[in-house]
Amino acid sequence: MPTEPPPQPGDPTPDRAGPGRASARSGPSAGRTDPHGYAYPARLWRALDRHRPPGVDATADAWRSPVRGPWLTSVLGAVLLATLPLVFVTGLLDWIAYGPRFGQAFPPDVGWLHPPVFAWPTRPAWLFRLTQGLHVTLGIVLVPVVLTKLWSVVPKLFDWPPARSVAQVLERLSLVLLVGGILFEIATGLLNIQYAYLFGFDFYTAHWYGAWVFTAALVTHVAIKLPRMVTALRGPGFARTPLDGTRPEPADPDGLVSRRPGPATMSRRGVLALTGGGALLLAALTVGQTLDGVLRRTALLLPRGGQPGAGPTGFQVNRSAAAAGIQPADTGAGWRLTLRGGGRTVELDRAGLLAMAQHTADLPIACVEGWSTEQTWTGVRLRDLAALVGAPEAAWALVRSLERAGLFRQARLQANQVRDPDSLLALQVNGVDLSPDHGYPARIIVPALPGVHCTKWVREITFEGRADG
Amino acid sequence: MAEFRRGYGAAPWHLLLLIGCFAVTGWIVLRLAGEPMAGRMLIWFLGAVIAHDLVLFPVYALADRALRAGLGRRDTPSALNHVRVPALAAGLLLLVYLPGILGLGDGVYRAATGLEPRPLLARWLAVSGGLFAVSVVVYALRWRRRSG
Repeated sequence: MPTEPPPQPGDPTPDRAGPGRASARSGPSAGRTDPHGYAYPARLWRALDRHRPPGVDATADAWRSPVRGPWLTSVLGAVLLATLPLVFVTGLLDWIAYGPRFGQAFPPDVGWLHPPVFAWPTRPAWLFRLTQGLHVTLGIVLVPVVLTKLWSVVPKLFDWPPARSVAQVLERLSLVLLVGGILFEIATGLLNIQYAYLFGFDFYTAHWYGAWVFTAALVTHVAIKLPRMVTALRGPGFARTPLDGTRPEPADPDGLVSRRPGPATMSRRGVLALTGGGALLLAALTVGQTLDGVLRRTALLLPRGGQPGAGPTGFQVNRSAAAAGIQPADTGAGWRLTLRGGGRTVELDRAGLLAMAQHTADLPIACVEGWSTEQTWTGVRLRDLAALVGAPEAAWALVRSLERAGLFRQARLQANQVRDPDSLLALQVNGVDLSPDHGYPARIIVPALPGVHCTKWVREITFEGRADG
Repeated sequence: MAEFRRGYGAAPWHLLLLIGCFAVTGWIVLRLAGEPMAGRMLIWFLGAVIAHDLVLFPVYALADRALRAGLGRRDTPSALNHVRVPALAAGLLLLVYLPGILGLGDGVYRAATGLEPRPLLARWLAVSGGLFAVSVVVYALRWRRRSG
């Protein structure tokens, strides 16, 4: 194959003359009247252009891939534009599901970056399993798309002069926020679900604010580049061009197209297939942590793939009794559940709870880390317990665990979460008593509630307020 | 308006957008400035850019260049992509599941769950080996079809 591709029909004369290819590099977003595209202060940009650090020309000539260009970048951009909002929204939904009204969402105080809050529903029961599974799985699956997108535009990073106008300086600064933002979110997310808290800062705070920095930069980037993307996608497509017919695009105003392209070693559709294949591979190795049965084992490289134990209580444990400091003496015959509400206090032992009407429900337990599992829970309805202390109309319930330390030793439940017919104080799972690690003697299980709020080793439930007032 | 464009280098809405973007970031920076770990967050934010642009990208670009130099292009069919594809796939898995593969979270996982973490390095090697094996088989089939 020739090193220099033959000119293509409609190919404007590529501007390869002189240092800096001036006209080839500033787009309409950086409107220009100066023949070299310099805006104010033109003297500064011209001086920068003249004082070329060693290596910049060699680097500019070193980009060889003939597939880099507006079309490939635009396809990848369109994929991310269609999918990243879903990751962002499911992330916000996760925050809302934690119950910001009760100060239970992290970070608790978010100032004006406060999404509209609503009472998190209990139906469908798999709601949180879906939203959080989607957030984590999609976040992982998009990693190769992000990497290919960055590969497709990386020559611009080494452009010289780095800017020709104040507009370009500002835009490039916003790109630091865009690229830093997405990489920061990916890195903190991946470390968090794999329990490697190397970063040493609070994950919730960092991941939350990182997402906003990224989103602000993304909105800006999309607003500036959308016309460019639409033009490239409306132009001649390359989705069907095989390797033999793969030629560079005509020189573009953004300078994505190589000035000295080498022979094609992969077609554009090959690059897209490779990226999509990487995404599918990650999906295949990740989605198992949200499934049950044999398929769970397909999450080969994640800590929550597979079933850690045998028997009816062998499913995944978020926090063990030992880690929570639960002593066997606390959960033995002396254990009592204290119910408060409507000025009354009732104490029940486990036999007393078992003597009440028992209800069985298949409910998922879903973790913020993206993994989930559905089990069959049996116990007393929370609304029956509320009625027992004369507070059937309670506005919320405060559930306290035997656990003395830890972020999730207590949780508040909304009125709809108390009243749902499948909301239980579970005593059994899959037909046997709860194991200590699953919360024996009693634990909360509520449809669509984040796992950490399904309090284990419950010692006290207080029903408070009136839902209607 | 034209005067503005000539001076600034783009339309006024471009400036407004960027001011909005920096205002959000600035507000977040001010908010986080009081956090004890704010410095670390900044280091990780900028470090992620440096790690990708100035470490990961040059490393894989140079590796690819060496691969292209090493594998003669005249071979038909070319073996180049039969090395590239499984290598990129194995690299991607390593990148995404690195904390687990290196066991960086094992201590936290053990303390929280009381369970023994699964050894993931061997699995990653096995998956990567499988990807290369499939690639070699596909290459052999293509070779046979070409010469047969």
